[in-house]
Parts: sequence; structure tokens; C-alpha cells
Amino acid sequence: EIKYTQLFINNEWHKAAKGKTFPVINPSTGEEICQVEEGTREDVDKAVEAARKAFDIESPWRKLEPAARANLIRKFADLLRRDIDYLSKLETLNNGKPVGDSKGDILGSAACIDYYAGWVDKIAGETLPGAHDQFIYTRHEPIGVCGQIIPWNYPIMMMAWKFGPALACGNVIILKPAEQTPLTALYCAALLKEAGFPPGVVNVIPGDGPECGNAIASHEHIDKVAFTGSVEIGKKIQEAAAKSNLKRVTLELGGKSPLIICEDADIDYAVSVAHRAIFTNAAQNCTAGSRTFVHAKIYDQFIAKSIELAKNRVVGDPFDSNTEQGPQINESQFKKILDYVEAGKKDGAKLECGGERHGNKGYFIKPTIFSGVKDDMRIAREEIFGPIMSVLKFDSYDEVIKRANSTSFGLGAGVITKDLTRGLTFAQRLEAGSVWVNDYDAIINQAPFGGFKQSGHGRELGKYGLESYYEVKTVVVKLI
Amino acid sequence: MLSKLVSKQIINHGLRLTTRAASASAQPKLVIDRKPPVKFQKLFINNEFVDASSGSTFEVINPATGDVITEVADASEKDVDRAVKAAKDAFRLGSEWRRMDPAARGQLLYKLADLMERDRAYLAALETLNNGKPFKDSYNVDIPHCISVLRYYAGWPDKMNGKVLPVAGDFFSYTRREPVGVVGQIIPWNFPMILLCWKIGPSVATGCTTVIKLDEHTPLTGLYTAKLIEEAGFPPGVVNIISGDGPHCGASLVKHPDVHKISFTGSTQVGKLIGIEAAKLVKRTTLELGGKSPNIVFADCDLDTAVEMSHFALFFNQGQCCCAGSRTYVEEKIYDEFVQRSIERTKRRKVGDPFDESTEQGPQISHEQMDKIIDLIESGKKNGAKLLVGGKREGDKGFFVQPTLFADVEDDHRIAREEIFGPVMQILKFKTVEEVIERANDSDYGLAASVFSKDLDKSIVVSNGLRAGSVWVNTYDNFDPVAPFGGFKQSGLGREKSEYSLDSYSETKCVTIKISQRNS
Repeated sequence: EIKYTQLFINNEWHKAAKGKTFPVINPSTGEEICQVEEGTREDVDKAVEAARKAFDIESPWRKLEPAARANLIRKFADLLRRDIDYLSKLETLNNGKPVGDSKGDILGSAACIDYYAGWVDKIAGETLPGAHDQFIYTRHEPIGVCGQIIPWNYPIMMMAWKFGPALACGNVIILKPAEQTPLTALYCAALLKEAGFPPGVVNVIPGDGPECGNAIASHEHIDKVAFTGSVEIGKKIQEAAAKSNLKRVTLELGGKSPLIICEDADIDYAVSVAHRAIFTNAAQNCTAGSRTFVHAKIYDQFIAKSIELAKNRVVGDPFDSNTEQGPQINESQFKKILDYVEAGKKDGAKLECGGERHGNKGYFIKPTIFSGVKDDMRIAREEIFGPIMSVLKFDSYDEVIKRANSTSFGLGAGVITKDLTRGLTFAQRLEAGSVWVNDYDAIINQAPFGGFKQSGHGRELGKYGLESYYEVKTVVVKLI
Repeated sequence: MLSKLVSKQIINHGLRLTTRAASASAQPKLVIDRKPPVKFQKLFINNEFVDASSGSTFEVINPATGDVITEVADASEKDVDRAVKAAKDAFRLGSEWRRMDPAARGQLLYKLADLMERDRAYLAALETLNNGKPFKDSYNVDIPHCISVLRYYAGWPDKMNGKVLPVAGDFFSYTRREPVGVVGQIIPWNFPMILLCWKIGPSVATGCTTVIKLDEHTPLTGLYTAKLIEEAGFPPGVVNIISGDGPHCGASLVKHPDVHKISFTGSTQVGKLIGIEAAKLVKRTTLELGGKSPNIVFADCDLDTAVEMSHFALFFNQGQCCCAGSRTYVEEKIYDEFVQRSIERTKRRKVGDPFDESTEQGPQISHEQMDKIIDLIESGKKNGAKLLVGGKREGDKGFFVQPTLFADVEDDHRIAREEIFGPVMQILKFKTVEEVIERANDSDYGLAASVFSKDLDKSIVVSNGLRAGSVWVNTYDNFDPVAPFGGFKQSGLGREKSEYSLDSYSETKCVTIKISQRNS
């Protein structure tokens, strides 16, 4: 059932230079699925060579008409949809998310790819008004070899968000999927070959962060690196990029996103939004609504109803269609999350439900709720990436905005209220790249997504997502 | 041979170019059906084919023979009313079309393009049967271009962004780009399929609903495309296609109070009438009208290319192009050589059965057009231009005109001022750059122009000076969907294709919300 376990360079499958492999684990059972070739610096070098060749000005990729490039990209989206059954099962096997969620991710990914395919022949430079004897115009040129390092929480979707704009602008790619979840990326590499992408345009090198990821970030001949992952690693990547060849950097990092529930919110609606805001994808979501601010007037009601919803959340085998929540990705995350449960208790928050392992196989954790959380507690400040809802009380709107903004993160924020003015005011004042009013985590392919402050810089999705994948060249022709 | 000459961009678009080489042996040999069956002859309203309410029909002629191909429903004012009502219903607030995700609108256009690709050979044969253009052109140029135009527009629906505005005061202000509403689109007979797609594309992309009136000479491929629209899954009423004449059917569409915008491609004369009518209801109007486009050949050009492209610029599509290069200005120094080579090329032009693989030129669309062309040829002779090739009707069946060439044409000759819309080339002599720019601009038209020269600097300076919507340098008739096309002056209003076309199908709404405090 696992078809591809090697490195994908130049449309061919290769063994790793150092001859080593690494295990890929099924988080539902803790058991090994298979071994995958482990890419290191030499393999990255090989991929860069292939990519550079594919980017040569005379290459088939560079000479492809925009409409033809668009057709290729759409073909890839069609293949994702064609193989959705297999791919969703593979994603669930490797990542642990419920198979229905995997299917949703794939459809969203295909739509994202289609969205960017539509941009290919619409990326235009400008002619600029100048002196009478000047002809001035800009070109939007592809940057070149783009290193893309993606995480394990949405393997296929993160790949789609990276591929879409990069290919639309005519770049070539070296993708390093997370070492926890390389399998679907490798399968998609085969689809790219089937779609007809020329060799070297997209290369996929599974490997770890310190060796393989670092090789990409510090490579002298990679022109840009895009990274989605933790703040800690993001900083390392930016440093390595600057120290080597000043390659362009975009980062999508962590968050501690606030969801603010106002006194006039429909309580049932608010509870359901808050529930999915934190628990979706087993809370392994950079925009997880991990600080739930609830107005004092509805606080007790909110807690009671949230506990009920959390207790009824079906945790279990992600291949079971009734399951709502699968396992955490691995042992290390699993331990870290349970440590946070202890920290919450120690800091004095009230454990309302959950707070322990679910079952005795795999890395399942029960949906957990802490109430009475204070701003300075660890569970209110640090990104947990696990199913722990932290509920904080507030009674002043001015004050809650300040508290919501009092973080070095700034990825997402939500507010539930019937008062439009209040909603729009919050939208103005919340220091976050995405603000959702009466919703949460509304991810839409046309709308840019990214972080304020240490949640990252640059935007993905939307037209803005293209900006970090082209270089602007100004041409001035003097007319003599 | 013509397919080599036609701008590569036209051919390459629409063909699925991948780097997988499609092995020649894998493609079945193209079988050309010279008698493609006519499958749809009724009006397409609300995804159904219906008779005209009066039951009347009109004849559709094969211009290569003059014979009747079939009869097609003749829409009257009542039918226009029905069609507009269908479009209006489909545009109702809360309708399936209004509520559809923008990306889904795009997917419908991709689907339509795929279906056109599937039926490419049939559509091309039907287009040739009805219009008379060589099958080689229908198959290699017209239909592929249609497919690429639809695919281009398919990418737009979810990318038409408005703006959030930096206003003063405690307001939150933003713009929405909304569909203008029900549009009426009237297309001509010279490029039936291409113009159909130039109209469907922006209407669907922006979320409008439309009633398209096909030209009474060439309704067959449009009515077949209507079936593809239904097959693709468009909701009923979103695209309605009717066949009928100008004075009754077209006029009632223009006058209809429930049609918010008119897009017309045709003659300047009719365009003005439409503009006047539309103005009575302040209807948004875009017009693509005639032209008398100057093609300027400098002595420092690549002469072989210039001769061939100038020939193509005039003679393509039997000379029936709004942007035909119908005034060929040649610099004095190379004039004689250019004329000589053009004579040879024109004499070599093969006229005949449009289904024949070697044919370069088919019939003109109608007897009336043919007569008009012959009349203008006579005027050329009378005005003193030198007739060097052709000048007469070709054969006595169908509406063929001999490829015709006049040299020593003067600016005030009728053949230099009036749109001929036939295979009649005019060559004029010029001395200086300033002179030729002035003479080129001395026209009420301003659709296209071209420059042939190896001097890039001069080409840019001349291009900047030419009052034309499309200026081609060292090429001609490049119709990339990405590039806008439209006229200066009386050649029209507005632009088709490209991002620029979207504005005429959109209305900008500015929404201003009072809030308690605005912060930047």
C-alpha cells in the first residue's frame, strides 16, 4: 500500500546518498508503517543541481507558455481529486487525522492548486508613466529555486499552499516534508510526474530538520526558503538564510490565538465554535483558538456546555467514520501535552474534564478543559499543540483586547458577537493576521493568511501569496 | 501553409501543451466531416431548446455553394422578452447563480472548454460549413482560441478583488465588484465561435446572466455550443442563446428595460444606432466596431516576414476581420520590391472549397457582402489606383472573390478610407516617419495598427504615436486572451479579453459603515 519511499529528484526515485533510512510511525498505534530514505546535505545538493537545470532560461519549464503551465498545474489538482480515496487513507495512516478530515484537506488542497493555476496568465507587470523618452516597465519574474519546508499537521494541504504560488510564478521547488509525515508528499511527487511536469521542477527530499532542513536554509544556491513550523526553528531558518546567501524568507509560525466570546453571543453557537476552534485536528493547528476569553456574564453557562461537548467528542480510530479526533502525531508531542496538563494544575487552573491519555495504544489524549485560567499561566502563554481548551474570564472589552494582544504571537483571532460595531472594532484592534468575526479558522483560498509579530512574516493564499514568489525587475528603455 | 504563418500564439493557445510529447502514432488521423449534421436549430432559453413563439424560421446558407443548409428559429421581440426574463430570473437575489461560489463559476467555464475540446472537429467543420472559412483555420485557430479564452476567464471569478479604503472619519469603507446584471450580447458572422466565447467568458466570470443574439448568417455553431452549456452544468437562464435578425431581434434586446448592459460587435454604422438606443436608458455599452487598420512597413524590416505577414494581415479570414491590415504603408525605398513580392504572393493564394486542405481562402459570407466588395474594387479602379491582381468574382457558385491587390493607392481613395471586409489589399507609399504616422491616424477608425522594422527604438516611438487599440510590431493578429483588444475613436468603446474586460461587466459598489472609532 506504500508505493514511494525514496527521494524524488529530477522525476526519478533515488536512494539516499548516505544510504540511511528512517522509520515512519502510525500515531494511532505507535507502530512503524515503513522505512523511508533519509535525505542529507548531499541529496539536497543533487536536488539543487536538478532544480537549477530545470530553471535554466532555455529549459522546457521556462519556455512553457503561461496557459500551458496553468493547464499542468490544474492537471495536478485533477489527479489529487482522482486519487482522493487512496491519498486520504494514506494521510490518515501517517498523520492520524480522521479520514473525513483528510478528504476535506485534499479537496481544499486541490481547490487551492486550481486557484493558483488561474493566476498564471494574470500575473502582470506594469508600464509606468515616465519622461517622454523613456519606456519603463516592470517584469514579475520567478525567483528561482525555492526550498519549502513543511510541517506534519496538514501534510497535503501545506504542500498545496506551497506548490500553488511557487509554480504559478514559474519557480522550481525542493520540498522537504516533515520527517513524521513524508508519505503523502512522495505520492504526490509521482502525481506531478504523471501530470507532465518536466524533470527537476519539483523535487521532494524527506529528511529531518537539523541536517536536511538546515541544508536547505543555508544552501548557497537556493534562492528562497519558505518554512511553516515552530517559532524556534523559524528563527534558525531566517538566521541560516541571512548568513549564507541572503535568500528570501517567508515564515508561517506558531500562535496562541485568542477567541473572544462576548456577552451577546448566542451561547450554543459560541460553544460550538470555541470547541472546534481548539479541538480540530487534535488541536495541532497553528491557528488553534487556544485562549478562549469568555465574558463573565455567560462564563458559567459556557463552561458547563463546553464540558458536555468535550466529553461527547469521539476520540478513536481515525478510520472509523464516527471518530472526530485522532491521535497526537507522536510520543514527543504526546508527552509535552501531558506535561502542560500538569503545569496547568500546578499553576492553579481548574481541570474540568479530560487531562489524560485516551486508551492505551497510540498517542490519544482526551479533550481537556481548564477553567479559571490566568494570563500569566504557562498554558495561557505557550503553544501547546494539544487538545487543551484554556478558558479565561473577562468583563471589560477594552481590557480583553489588550490581554488578547499581550503575546508575542499574532496569527489568528476570533470574536463572537451580534454587535457589528464591536466586531469591526475588534477586527481593527486585534494584532493578528487573520481575524474572524462570528466564525473561526475560516480558511479561504482567496484570502491571505499569515502572522503578525513572531507568528511569521509574509502571507500565503490569495493574490498576496504570489508576492513572495516573484522578483520585480524594472526595465527602463531610453528612446533616442 | 497558412497555419505556419498564423501567429504561433493563436495556435498554441488552447492546445494542451505539456512536455509529454504526444506521439504522433497515438493520435488518430483527423477525419474531416464535410457534411457535419446540424443538431440544434431552436432558441436556447433556460437550458431548453424552444421554437420561436411565432413559429417562424429563417434559412441558413452555405456561402461556398449558395445552397440552403437548414432552417433555424427566428426570434422575435416576444422571444427576446422570454430570454431576458429567463436571464433576469437567474439573476434574482438568492438564486443558485448569485449564491454560487466564485470558484465554482470558474469550474463551469473549464468544463465548457473541455467539452469544446472534445467536440473540436465537429465544431470546426460546422463553422466552416456555415461561415466558409477554411477548415484548417476553424480547426487550428478558431476553436483552440475559443478553448483558451474560456480557460483564461475561468481563472478570474475568485480573483476580482475590491478594496478597503483609507477613508477619513469613523467609517469602515470597502468596495465590492458586483456583476452588472443581465447583459445583452450581439455578435457578428465573421468569427462566430470566437466572439461567442469573448462574450460568454466575461459574463460568466463576473457573475452576470446573458442573452446572446447570434448573427442570422451564422447561428449553427452557437446553437450547438448552447447544448454544451447545458451539458457543462450551467444553471438555467445563465446563458441564453437566440438566433434572429438585427432590426427586430437585436433592436429589442438593446431596447429592453431589463437588460443592464449591451455588448455589440459589428459595424460602426450599427454600433452608433445601438449607442443611441442604449443611451436612452443609460445602458452600459461596449462596442467593437470596424477598422481600416494601417500596417506600416519600414525599409529596415525583415522583408520576407513583412511581405508574408502583410499578406496575412489583410487576407486572413477572407479579409473579413475588423482589424484587417487594410492600408499597407510601405516605405519608398523598398516599395517596388514589396509590391512585386506581394503580387507574387497574392497570385499564389489558393481560393476554393474550404474543406480542401490546400485552400487558403474560402467564400465571402454572402452575396450582399460580395457585391459590396466588387463595388469597392470598381471604385478603386475609378479613383486611379493600380489594380495588379484579381478584381473579380471567382467562379459563379458561392460567394468567392479573387484575391485582389491595388498599389499606388492614395489616402483619399474610397478603398483607402472605407472598410471593405474583403480580400482586397491596398498598398500606399510613404517617405518619412512623421508623415506615415499622421496618415495612419487620419481615419475615424482606430482599431489596430502594425509596424514592421528591425529598429526597436523606432518601433516603440511609432507605436506610441499610433492612435489604435492594438499595435503589433513585427507580427499581426496576436489575440492572446491575456491582452486587451478594442478600438480608439469610432472603432469602438471598451476593451475585450484580458483583465480590462472585466470592468465593463462589473459595477463597483462602495459600502460605508459607521463605526465607533476608526484606527489605521
